[in-house]
Amino acid sequence: MIRLPVPLTIGAVLSAIFLAMALLSFAWTPHDVEQLVIADRLQPASGQFWLGTDQFGRDLLSMLMVGARVSLAVALVAVGIGVALGVPLGLAAAATRGSLLDEVIMRGNDLIFAFPSLVIAILITAVFGPSAFNAIIAIGIFNIPVFARVSRGGALSLWTLDYILAARVAGKGKVRISAEHILPNIANLLIVQATIQFSLGILAEAALSYVGLSVQPPTPSWGRMLADAQTMIYTHPMLAVLPGLAIVLMVLGLNLMGDGLRDLLDPRLRRQRQ
Amino acid sequence: MLRYILGRLVSLSLSLIVASLVIFTVIEVIPGDPAAFMLGLNADDSTVAALRADLGLDGSRAECYVAWITGMVQGDFGTSYTYRVPVADLVADRLWVSLPLAVLSLILSTLIAFPIGLIAAANRGRAADYGIMGGTQLGIAVPNFWFAMLLVLVFAVNLHWFNAGGFPGWGTPIMALKSLVLPSIALALPQAAILARVMRSALIETLAQDYMRTARAKGLSRRQAVLRHALRNALIPVLTIIGLQFSFLLAGAIIIENVFFLPGLGRLIFQGITQRDLVVVESVTMLLVFAVIVVTFLVDIAYAIADPRLRRRG
Amino acid sequence: MISVDHLSLSIHGTPILRDVSFAMQPGRTFGLVGESGSGKSMTALALMQLLPEGFQTSGTASLDGINLLDRPEAEMCALRGNELGMIFQEPMTALNPVRRIGDQVAETLCIHGAAPRRDALKMARQKLDRVGLPQIALDRYPHELSGGQRQRVCIATAIALRPRLLIADEPTTALDVTTQAQILDLLRGLVEEEDMALLLITHDLAVVADMADHVAVMKAGGIVEQGTTHDVLSQQTHPYTRALFEASDHQPRRSTPDMDTGGEALLRVTNTTRHYPGPRIGLFRRGAPVRAVDGVSLGLQTGESLGLVGESGCGKSTLTRAILGLDPIQGGDIRALGYAVSPHMPRENRAGIQVVFQDPYGSFNPRWTVEHLVAEPYHLLPEAPQRDERRTQVAQALEAVGLQSSDMDKYPHEFSGGQRQRIAIARALITHPKILVLDEAVSALDVRVRAQILDLLADLQARMGLSYLFISHDLTVVRAITDRVLVMQAGKIVEEGPTRRVFEAPDHPYTRALLAAAPRLPDYARKD
Repeated sequence: MIRLPVPLTIGAVLSAIFLAMALLSFAWTPHDVEQLVIADRLQPASGQFWLGTDQFGRDLLSMLMVGARVSLAVALVAVGIGVALGVPLGLAAAATRGSLLDEVIMRGNDLIFAFPSLVIAILITAVFGPSAFNAIIAIGIFNIPVFARVSRGGALSLWTLDYILAARVAGKGKVRISAEHILPNIANLLIVQATIQFSLGILAEAALSYVGLSVQPPTPSWGRMLADAQTMIYTHPMLAVLPGLAIVLMVLGLNLMGDGLRDLLDPRLRRQRQ
Repeated sequence: MLRYILGRLVSLSLSLIVASLVIFTVIEVIPGDPAAFMLGLNADDSTVAALRADLGLDGSRAECYVAWITGMVQGDFGTSYTYRVPVADLVADRLWVSLPLAVLSLILSTLIAFPIGLIAAANRGRAADYGIMGGTQLGIAVPNFWFAMLLVLVFAVNLHWFNAGGFPGWGTPIMALKSLVLPSIALALPQAAILARVMRSALIETLAQDYMRTARAKGLSRRQAVLRHALRNALIPVLTIIGLQFSFLLAGAIIIENVFFLPGLGRLIFQGITQRDLVVVESVTMLLVFAVIVVTFLVDIAYAIADPRLRRRG
Repeated sequence: MISVDHLSLSIHGTPILRDVSFAMQPGRTFGLVGESGSGKSMTALALMQLLPEGFQTSGTASLDGINLLDRPEAEMCALRGNELGMIFQEPMTALNPVRRIGDQVAETLCIHGAAPRRDALKMARQKLDRVGLPQIALDRYPHELSGGQRQRVCIATAIALRPRLLIADEPTTALDVTTQAQILDLLRGLVEEEDMALLLITHDLAVVADMADHVAVMKAGGIVEQGTTHDVLSQQTHPYTRALFEASDHQPRRSTPDMDTGGEALLRVTNTTRHYPGPRIGLFRRGAPVRAVDGVSLGLQTGESLGLVGESGCGKSTLTRAILGLDPIQGGDIRALGYAVSPHMPRENRAGIQVVFQDPYGSFNPRWTVEHLVAEPYHLLPEAPQRDERRTQVAQALEAVGLQSSDMDKYPHEFSGGQRQRIAIARALITHPKILVLDEAVSALDVRVRAQILDLLADLQARMGLSYLFISHDLTVVRAITDRVLVMQAGKIVEEGPTRRVFEAPDHPYTRALLAAAPRLPDYARKD
């Protein structure tokens, strides 16, 4: 049995808890999150409402569970978009280093960096109206250049190695070499970057839903809960504290896991430890 | 060096042109008829036609684009449909809130991050390093708008040191600055956590370079070697992050304005969205993107100053 | 007078050096030789007290009665650069890339309070003149200088305050032979003029023979033999010393091939030109193209071993890539085994010409098993052996290069550098090629391993009737293993002929310069 480093373990446990909450929310939540029961408004924590209720009488724990689902889903799909489009672009740019294609891909990347996720979300919302889809696209687009850069950088350092030349002497083309030799050897980098983008995605989704550019009511989300809590902050600060804490713990867990994975997967660091 | 700057300028203008095309396409081409879009479903044809003429949409799309760009270059951002005033005037007012906020946060985050990163790198593997790294881990995980709410809770609601929000205007500079203190702290701290981590790893990487050994062999103490040889080299990756952070700060500022009820560009743009005022949305997003691209350009120049190897390249 | 007495060193408890003792005199050069990992560099770093964290030393290392091993750090700072100077192997990375070279030389002077900044720059100018860089302005940056020039700057920095002891750790290993000869000349002159002691650390016995008055041979953290260079080299009392010397001058036993000189060459390169597009300047503009290979012609006969020598940047790597059909050529014609060679040639035509590269560490995908790696060229065959047949073939190839068939399920990191080079050869042989291109194939290996690989290559050639194109910057190796040699300079072949003739009576001035620059073991060190 390998002994895992402490931060990695903490990170994995935190992430697992939120994942479990999110998955459970599909099957069961303590209360219905879409039903407003004014009689139950602003209840303190109790046996019936473990974390209390908000000003519309909705159960906070149930909302946090559904919110976790929304956060994870948006961030996951956004990372998926980044990987699916960014990695092939990065690999293609590296394989054709210095060519016009490389130049165009890299300049395209720089251009996307000029559009912060929020600006993309604003543009899309202005025309199509707000939705969770909107948030996914906005965050996903911003992830593309991130993954393109990471895979290009990793691939470029591999393309100079002799085993790539050996593969070319063995008659393999650039596409095949990228798939067989490059991709498996930059997988570590990509996994680590994916956890980072995943946690950034959760933060971004929270920000977008806070300003109303993501999931729409009645579906609860962590950012939305914070926005609703803002007017109540003088009298019921816990309404603002709890969702924020959920975001912090979730992101912290993912970051710790990312750092731990990087240390675990980086052969240089591995050698140091031995 | 001059050729390098010229090269960067060319790439800056290209980026601006492409970015403006993207924004123009999203706002004015994708919705079909922007005038009908802005008025909603129930508008009658004559009103739509009037608005279209008003917005200068009667020409071809290419003409519209050229008209928009030439207007922007001359400082004419169009007229807001809802406010019935030139967008340029609206923007000018708001810019004096958003820009100081972003700049203040950038300065604050840099001032916090540099010493912290340096201390962590110098004490690598010791308690101070672990403490700082743990703290930054937390800092990265905190959403800035939530942090802002906590600041309000503690310093405005409980301690009454600051106002919970609002902006008195620059007529009383001290009060204006004071109202920007909490927002800029809220923006700066999470960014400082990221920057400190980058600073630390850049320094650690630099410390392992051959030239650091050469410096020590010359008789420089560890401290002298770090100050004279490591810092400037470590600055190069840090600059990249500072450049990227500007766009995050700008975006963050838009959101933070909501927490503190600051009359900045963010509030303007959200009002634009809810009121379907495409003229405002289009011009303000272009302005934001313009700011990011210009900052990227400035970072590139700073790069070349820090790293002589870049100066020759075009 | 510098003496090291029973120096032992451990790092985090792992013993690195044990009982190292030697003495150095001012105005003399002391050579420390050994293979990689023998502890040469650690000895030097111990003298400088620049060891990695977690070290523990015992014994003494005294400079005029001061024991360097127990000085406090502040005192060592005052000694380093002042009484002790050091230069390193990699001149490309040894200088701070963002500071002017003048400032970096002057820094040594300022830091020790020898001069205020303005005077320090004047003195830096003199020092750069002294190390042979009068034409290089003080405000140049390291990246604007060649490797040899950068090493000179490093030397200027190290000798600026005329230290008592100069340590040079493999100072010329990263440089070309002609540059190496110039740097060694410079060091020799400095030792004489400035009356300092030089501790020269190198793996190259010929360099030591050429430079040192005294020499010590290191193995596994200890000195096995030392004495005056002449005594050590001529007597070679210790078996390890003898093994090193034999290996460094090793001549693999080769039968003179029965070359079919009249027939059509296996590989023929005719008037071939390859230029690179210039560096990209803007989105659509490029600089002037670089002519890397300029009208080269050569022929490789069946069973022949053909050498191609030249310094870095002469175009030999570019030519190699063109011959392997990896890069397009802009002029001329390359034919191998009757087929035209180009990046678009059909896969099966590539099977007859395979390659072994230099770097035993970068040559393999770390995630693949040896079986998978060795079988990769099967991609070239229309009907490649599958499963059991494939394993049998890989096992045969591994045994042919002196490895075991059971090695095929291991991963590359489980092998030493020499073993990896054997795997690379097995990979190259799996398709039964006629031509093997050996691109600096033994350059990264220690001398004893190098000798074994050269023997293996000679043996394989005899058994399989292979033809070799042997590309190297190392003249000794080329002389040992080739029948004919081509000398390449600036993209052109400047001389061609039988190896023995070219080495004994070179025609072209460049060949002569190369041969003169290459350090050679003196005759008294040869045990025939």
